[in-house]
Formats: sequence, structure tokens, C-alpha cells
Amino acid sequence: MLEIKNLHAKIKETQILKGLNLKVNAGEVHAIMGPNGSGKSTLSKIIAGHPEYEVTDGSIEYEVNFKKINLLELQPEERAREGVFLAFQYPVEIPGVPSSVFLRAAFNAICRHQGAEEMDPIDFDKYVRSKMKLLEMDDKFIDRPVNVDFSGGEKKRNEILQMAVLNPRLAILDETDSGLDIDSMKIVAEGVNKLKKKDNAVILITHYQRLLNYIQPDVVHVLYDGKIIKTEGKELALKVEDRGYDWLIK
Amino acid sequence: MDKINEQKAMLGENKLAGKDYKYGFYTDIAVDTIPKGLNEDVVRKIWEKKKEPEFMLEWRLKAFRHWKTMVEPKWPNFTYGPIDYQDISYYSAPKQKKDSPKNLEEVDEELLKTFDRLGIPLTEQKRLTGVAVDAVFDSVSVGTTHQKELEKVGVIFCSISEAMHKHPELIKKYLGSVVPYGDNFFAALNAAVFSDGSFCYIPKGVHCPLELSTYFRINAADTGQFERTLIVAEEGSYVSYLEGCTAPMRDTNQLHAAVVELVAMDDAEIKYSTVQNWYSGDKNGKGGIYNFVTKRGKCIGKRSKISWTQVEAGSAITWKYPSVILQGDDSVGKFYSVALTNNRMQADTGTKMIHIGKRTKSTIVSKGISTDYSNNNYRGQVKILPSADGARNFSQCDSMLVGNNCSANTFPYIEVKNNTATLEHEASTSKINAEQLFYLKSRGLDLEESISLLINGFCKDVFKELPLEFSVEAVKLLEMKLEGSVG
Repeated sequence: MLEIKNLHAKIKETQILKGLNLKVNAGEVHAIMGPNGSGKSTLSKIIAGHPEYEVTDGSIEYEVNFKKINLLELQPEERAREGVFLAFQYPVEIPGVPSSVFLRAAFNAICRHQGAEEMDPIDFDKYVRSKMKLLEMDDKFIDRPVNVDFSGGEKKRNEILQMAVLNPRLAILDETDSGLDIDSMKIVAEGVNKLKKKDNAVILITHYQRLLNYIQPDVVHVLYDGKIIKTEGKELALKVEDRGYDWLIK
Repeated sequence: MDKINEQKAMLGENKLAGKDYKYGFYTDIAVDTIPKGLNEDVVRKIWEKKKEPEFMLEWRLKAFRHWKTMVEPKWPNFTYGPIDYQDISYYSAPKQKKDSPKNLEEVDEELLKTFDRLGIPLTEQKRLTGVAVDAVFDSVSVGTTHQKELEKVGVIFCSISEAMHKHPELIKKYLGSVVPYGDNFFAALNAAVFSDGSFCYIPKGVHCPLELSTYFRINAADTGQFERTLIVAEEGSYVSYLEGCTAPMRDTNQLHAAVVELVAMDDAEIKYSTVQNWYSGDKNGKGGIYNFVTKRGKCIGKRSKISWTQVEAGSAITWKYPSVILQGDDSVGKFYSVALTNNRMQADTGTKMIHIGKRTKSTIVSKGISTDYSNNNYRGQVKILPSADGARNFSQCDSMLVGNNCSANTFPYIEVKNNTATLEHEASTSKINAEQLFYLKSRGLDLEESISLLINGFCKDVFKELPLEFSVEAVKLLEMKLEGSVG
């Protein structure tokens, strides 16, 4: 589904990714771990198309419905419409815009692109509320402006709600677990697990192993200094938890 | 269902307005024009043409003589070429088959078609339900809808010319009572040469059953439009009034100098909403309307309320400060404004709240958006007089910049002469930031959808004050204006 080859990228003059390779198949959950500053968030932003990063070499190929797309050629919104979703580490506030309006605009933009029928506000309201229930979110949430005055936990949960509503094919969760208490984390994990299907893939970017107790990864990578330096099964996460990164880096 | 409609409006799903300035057309119609130039004879001629009562001539001439002693205000933060007041025609009216059409069915076909095209059908079969419209074309009102229904409840809604004949006592009592002829340069000019406008009178205890509305259309070239609107709300009455404006696209600038006066007695409430979309000139700032307007309301009565809501999206130059004089105890004044400037537009707009009565309250919410090479200024004054015990004001002025070549300024003036008053002032300037755009785009919205959502969010506190039909139009209007400005 996703194949990244020899990816090099920089922000301003700082080279961050230095030849990163990653292959994710449909139906898989991958975890990417690594110390601070290794390039984890950069990778997620580049996949989503953040304009501040410049890709200097390499490719990102994305396969959807048996067609291969060079992701780097697409605008962020085109990537989203092809089913790429990034749950932000720091979700952005959109003052004055109720979540209901924002979510429906996004949902319908994706529907239009994929040739599916758009939803009117009444049907959409029902649809969103059903997803909110799964994530145990407060009813009032839908009328509040997007992320404005949300607690850290609420913001993260909102990202997962957006994911549940937009139903992406490739979801990248950038440190969604940081700042969540254990109960919220369980709910978020459950949300992610429900999304797992044989034709979807999830990339979890995380510092800690604890999220992986609730979402079982198929593959775990360690990212360091702009490259994947180790790839194994889920047991790698436990080893990192136990021994840190030093033994991998040296 | 209002919430649903609001949501739809935010996403531009109720399509009313198109993308370009679709009001830029010109109607070819025979006209009755007073030649260019301004002197006492011209003032007299206007008075004659309008067949006004004697006291009006005296008032107009006094205004004209006073105007000659005045100079254009130089304090606004914008620049424009000199206006040659002798190179303007002060009266241009479409020739009608009959001298004064008795009803709308007698109005000239071309005029009806023009208003149809503007989305303001006037005839019985097609007219808007729930909104009574007075249609002003250049210097005259061409007709007013729903008059009979309004008469049944005692509401008078007609052109100000008609009111001079039918209700001279009301005109004599209230005209100039809020904005005296010598108030300022443009108000004096207006008092001398105004040719039409709307008049509304809401009798005691009447809740006006329809929205009242005036649609102003400038058509003729080289003329100025000088209209005057007067609304009087008697004790315990309520009225919501809407105003819309458009003009053809032309290379030359045209002058529009209007005056609006509102009077609210005890417990009366007037809501006045404007969507201003005069032609604003082209990309290089050629052409467009010079919009110099004096709008003021007087809360004479106790517990009376006046609110101004405006969406200013047109005109090459906007100079406009809808104000409220809070004279009655416990009276309330509100000002909600969105001013958008693009291309080379220049706006200097805001409000004045004059607190005289006890426990008077005022709210100011101003949102300025500037793009391209435009210049957008908020100028507001809050004045608390010694008599205004316990007065309160809340002001919020936010500016948003789109792009790197525009400017926004805020000029708040606060004058407090009573120490029991409470004032709050908040101001902010923001740019549409790249992280917000990326966030919205990463959810599948394209650049324009993202911008329009951000702008809508920014203006929400003002849009929610507009009647629904107007807020839909306002949203579309801003989207149209912003198209191509961002990227």
C-alpha cells in the first residue's frame, strides 16, 4: 500500500530524513519508535504533504484500488481524498468553525472525489454522533469550534473521531498517545482497532510501548537520525521499553 | 432548523450570489437628469422635481450654504484623488410612462427587469415573501412592495419623497433630528441635494410583521447617489431593516453620500443590517464607488435598542461609522461589522457609542479582513458622559491579514467622564496561518474551501446577527471577493 524508498528531506537548511525506507502492506499495523529528533514527526508530515518540508531525494509510492500513485506529486488535500489521514501530534485550533461544519465539509470533499454520495446535515449528524458514541465523547462536542479550548486529551480524541468519520485507507497517528491518561488511551486504541480492516493500514508513531499494549502492531521500526535502523515484530517494542535505544544506535 | 441552515450557509450550500461581480451591468433607460454642477439653483431644482413642502427648501438651502463653508475631512486613513463637486450630476431619474406610478404594475418594464436581475423581484407575483422592498434607482424610489399589508398594522413604509407628501408632520419632526444638516461635510451635502431614500414608521406597540428592506442601485454614469433613510420606532415597537447596494462597473469613480437616521422610543427596538457591495474598482484600483455615509441612531426612549450590523465588501473607498446615541436610561446600542477589502480598496469604518443615560450598554464587534494591496481601518469611539452612571461597553476589534501586501489598523478612542462606567476592549490581528491551512487541507478541503471556512469562523459573531437570507448572501459575497486573493 505504501512504499517509501530512500527518502531524503530537509526543513530550511536542516537535513532530517537521510535515506528512509519503509514498506507497509494493506491490513498491517506498523509502529515507528525512536528517540526525540530522529525524524518521526517529519516523516508523518511529509506523507501528509506539509509544505514546509522539502523532499530532496527518494520516492513515496501509494497504492490504492490497484493504481499506483506518486504521493509526492499530490497536494495535501488530494492525498486526503485518496485516503491518507494524519492524526496530528498538535491539532490546530480553527476558531469559530463548529466541528460539525468542519467534519461534514471534509467528509463531503472526500466523497465527491471518490464518487460517493454527499451527506446532508441531518444524516451526517446521526453518522457523527454514532462515531462519537464509540469514542465516548460528550454530545456538546459537535457544536464547539474545532479544537478551541479543548484539553490535550480532547484534542487527541478529536483526531481519532475525524479518523473514524473520514474512514481513511492509510492512517498515520503521530504521538496520539502522548498526553492521554490510561482510560482515554484505551478508548483511542479501541477506536483504532475498530478501523483495522484488511484493506486499511495504520502507522503508529510513538515514544512509548504502552500504546502497543492496546493496539497490536504487526511490525515495529526504530527510526534514528533520519533512517530506519531496525525492523522486527512486536517484540522489538518490548526490547526498546526494556533497554532504551542505545544498544541499537552504537 | 436554523442551525442546519447556518451550517449550510457556512459551507456555501445555499447558492444565491455568483462568483464575479454579476451586478456590474448597466440598464439603458431614458432618464431625466439635472446637468452637472452644484449651486443654489440645482438645490432648488431638486426640490421642485420632488414637489416637496416649503420647509424642505429652506432646510436644503441652509444645508447647502453651510456645506460651502466646510471642507472634506482629512483625518481618514486613506487617499483618493480630488472630488470635483461641479463635475457630478446631482439628479438622475428614469423617465416613467406615468408621472408617478400608482402601483408596481405600472413601473417601467426595464426597471422591473433590472431589479429582477439583481435578485429583487418587485411585482406582486414574484416579490419576495416576508420582506417588503423599497427599490431606489439612482435618484428616485421606483416602487415599494407589500405596502398594503403593512398599512393594515399601521406601519408606514414608503419612499421618503412619498412621505413628504403624505406625512409631512413626521418628516418635519424627525428629519435631521439625529444627523443635523451641519453634522459633517458629507451629511451637509446630502441634506442639500438628497433625492430619495426610504421612510419607515412603526407605531406604538407594533412588532413589524415583515422585514423591511431598501435596495439601492446606482445606474447612471457621472451622477452621485444621495439618499436619506429615516426610521422611527414608537414606544414598544420592533422593526428589522435590511439594506443592499450595487452599481455598474465603470472606470470612473462615483460618489455615494447617504444619511441614515434611526429614532427609537421607550422599549422600541431597531435592527439595521447592511450588505454593501458597491462596485469597488478593478485590480489596479481604477473606478469604483466613493462611499461616504453617515449613519446614526438615537435611543431616545428608556430601554430602547438599536443595533447596526454591516457587511462592507464593496466600494473603492468606505467612510462610515454607524453610531448610537444612548440617551434613554438602560438603552442598548450594538455594532457588528465585517469589513473586507481586496485589490486596492480602502476602508475607514467603525462606530461611535455615546453614553448619556444611566446603565446604558454598548457592544462593538468589528472584524476586518484585508487582502491584496488593500487598506482596512477600524475607527471607533466610546464616549461616556458624566450622566451615564453604570454605563458599560464591550469592544472587540479583530483584524485578519491575507497575504503580505495589505494593511490593517485599529484606532480606538475612549473618553470616560463617569467613574462608575465599565469598559472592556479587546483587539487582535492575525494572519491566516500556514498550520491552519495545512490542517484543513490534510482533511481533504482545497485551498479556497479552507480559506472560506477560516473566514467564516472569523466572522461568525457578526454573521449570526444577520437575518438568515442576508447571512447566506454575505458568506457568498466574501467568498467571491476572496477568490484568487489567497494562495
